[in-house]
Amino acid sequence: MSARGGRARLAPYLVGLPGGLWLAIFFVVPLLVMFSLSLQSGNAEAGFQFTWEWSNYTRAWELYSTQFLRSGAYAVVVTTLCLVLAYPMAYWIAFYGGARKSTYLFLILLPFFVSFVIRTASWKFILNDQGFVLGPLKEAGLLPQDFHLLATTTAVIGGLTYNYLPFMVLPLYVALERVDPSLVEAAHDLFASRAEAFRRVVFPLSLPGVFAGVLITFVPVASDFVNSGILGGTQTTMIGNIIQTVYLNSNNYPLASAMSFLLMAALLVGIFTYARVLGTEQVMEVAQR
Amino acid sequence: MSTIATRQAPPEVAPAPAEPGRQRRWTRLILPVYTWLMIFYFSLPILVMIVFGFNDTQGRLNIRWQGFTLRWYRDLFALPALTAALRNSLLIAVISTIITIALGTMIGLALGRYRFRGKGAYDLVIFSAISAPELVLGASLLSLFVTTQFARGFVTIIIAHVAFSLAFVAVTVRARVLGLDPALEEAAQDLGADPWTTFRKITLPLLAPGIVAGALLAFALSIDDYVVTSFVSGQVETFPLWVYGATRVGVPPQVNVMGTLIFLGGVAIAVGNAVLARRQRA
Repeated sequence: MSARGGRARLAPYLVGLPGGLWLAIFFVVPLLVMFSLSLQSGNAEAGFQFTWEWSNYTRAWELYSTQFLRSGAYAVVVTTLCLVLAYPMAYWIAFYGGARKSTYLFLILLPFFVSFVIRTASWKFILNDQGFVLGPLKEAGLLPQDFHLLATTTAVIGGLTYNYLPFMVLPLYVALERVDPSLVEAAHDLFASRAEAFRRVVFPLSLPGVFAGVLITFVPVASDFVNSGILGGTQTTMIGNIIQTVYLNSNNYPLASAMSFLLMAALLVGIFTYARVLGTEQVMEVAQR
Repeated sequence: MSTIATRQAPPEVAPAPAEPGRQRRWTRLILPVYTWLMIFYFSLPILVMIVFGFNDTQGRLNIRWQGFTLRWYRDLFALPALTAALRNSLLIAVISTIITIALGTMIGLALGRYRFRGKGAYDLVIFSAISAPELVLGASLLSLFVTTQFARGFVTIIIAHVAFSLAFVAVTVRARVLGLDPALEEAAQDLGADPWTTFRKITLPLLAPGIVAGALLAFALSIDDYVVTSFVSGQVETFPLWVYGATRVGVPPQVNVMGTLIFLGGVAIAVGNAVLARRQRA
C-alpha cells in the first residue's frame, strides 16, 4: 500500500471519485440549489429570479405554522409511543430470547418485506368505516353508525407508530443486548429489588439505545407525509403534505423550498438541543463502559 | 461487537430473585405474551394483505370478505397501468442497483482502505446522506431538476434512487473492507500477482458478501420508494406511486397479490441467505 509511489497515492482519489461526484452533484449541489431557490421570487410561467427574497420564509411560517407545529406534536407523541411500546419487547428479547433471538428480530422486521405504501394502505383497509372490523361492530350496534377512524388524528398517529416502531426496537435491542446479565445479578446480590436493579443498572446502560432510537424515529416521523396522506384528512395535514403539494401542484418552488429548509433547520436545531440536554458525553461514557 | 451480539443469555442466569410461588410464575408470562402480541400487531397488515388477495370481491371495493377465489392470481396482469408501473419499478430497481453497487463498492474501498485528504468531508457527506429526511432529498433533487430544466422521468428517478442508496451501500461495503485481513492480499502480491489480479482474485471474492448485502439493500430501497420518487417522477408511474394513487379510489386485489408475491420472494431470499450463512459457519 505504501511504496508504489505516485500512482498509489492517487488511488484513493481515483477509486472514490465517481461515487463522490455522484453524491456531490445529486446530494450536496441540490441542497445548495434548494437554498438559492428559497430566496428567489417570480412564478412558474415567467421564471424565477434570485432577489434575496427572505419573505418566502416568513410567508411559509404565516401560512403553514399550524402544519409545522402539528408535525412536531405528532412526532413527539409517536416517538414517545414507540419508545413505550418497544422497550418491554426489546428488553424481553435481549434478556430472555435465548437461542431464538434472531428469529424474534426477523419477525419484527417482517413488515419491511412489504412496501411501505402497501402496509399503510392495508391499515386504511383495516380501519375502513364499513370494513371487516368496524362494519360488524356497527351492525351489532356496538358502535354508532357515524363512528369513524379514518381521517382522524388517531388513525394518522396509529399508522406512524406502526410504521416506525421497528426503527425504535432495533437500537433498544442492541443496547440491551450488550448489558451483561451478571451486572443485574450483582445488583440482586447487593439486595436491589427487581425494580431497583432495572432503574439503577439496566435502564441507565440502555440509554445510548434510547438516544439512537429517538433520533432515528423522530426525524422521519416529523417529515412523513405518506401516513397522513393515506390515513388522514384535512384536519391531520402535516408539513410534508404541504411541501409536496406546493412543489408539485402549485409549482411555487421558492415557497416550497423555504418550507423544506425551515423543516430541515428545525430538525437540526431539535437534534442538537436534544443531544445537549441529554448530554452526549454522558451517553458516550455509558456506552463505553 | 459481533461477538457480544451472539452471546447467549440463558434465562436461568438472567434476573431471578428469590421469591418463589405462583404469583411470580404468572407475572413471568407478561413480557413474552406482550412480545407475541406485538409481533401479531407487526404482521396484521401483512396477513390482511395476503388474505384479501384471495377475496372474491366485486370490482375495486375490496373491504369485506366475500368468499375464496384464485381469480386475482389468474388476472394478475389484467390492469395494464398497474402492470406497467410494476415493470417500471423493477427496471428502475435493477438499473439503479447496478450503478449503486459499482459506485458504492468503490467508495467503500476508498474509505475503508485509505487515509486521504478530504476523507473527513467525505465521511460527513455519507453520514448526512443517510440521516437526511427523504422529503428533503426529494425536494432538493426536484429543485435541481426544475432549475436546470432537466426533464423529469425515468432518468431522474434512477439518478435519485442511486443518490439515496449509494451511502447505505458504501457503509455496508466499508464495514467489510475494514474486516479484511491485509496479509491475504500481501501474500498474493508476494506470489507475483499484479494489483489487478490481486483485486479480482482475492479482494473482490472476500468483499462479495458485503456487496451482495448492499445490492439487496439498494434493490429493496429502490423498489419500495415512494417519497423521493414522487418528487422526481414526472409522468412516469412506479409501483408505489400507483398504489398510493389507488388508495384514494380503492386498491384493487391485484395489488394484494403482487404485494404477497414480493413479500414471499423477499422472505425466501432472507431465509435462504441466513441458512447459507449458518452452513458456511458450521
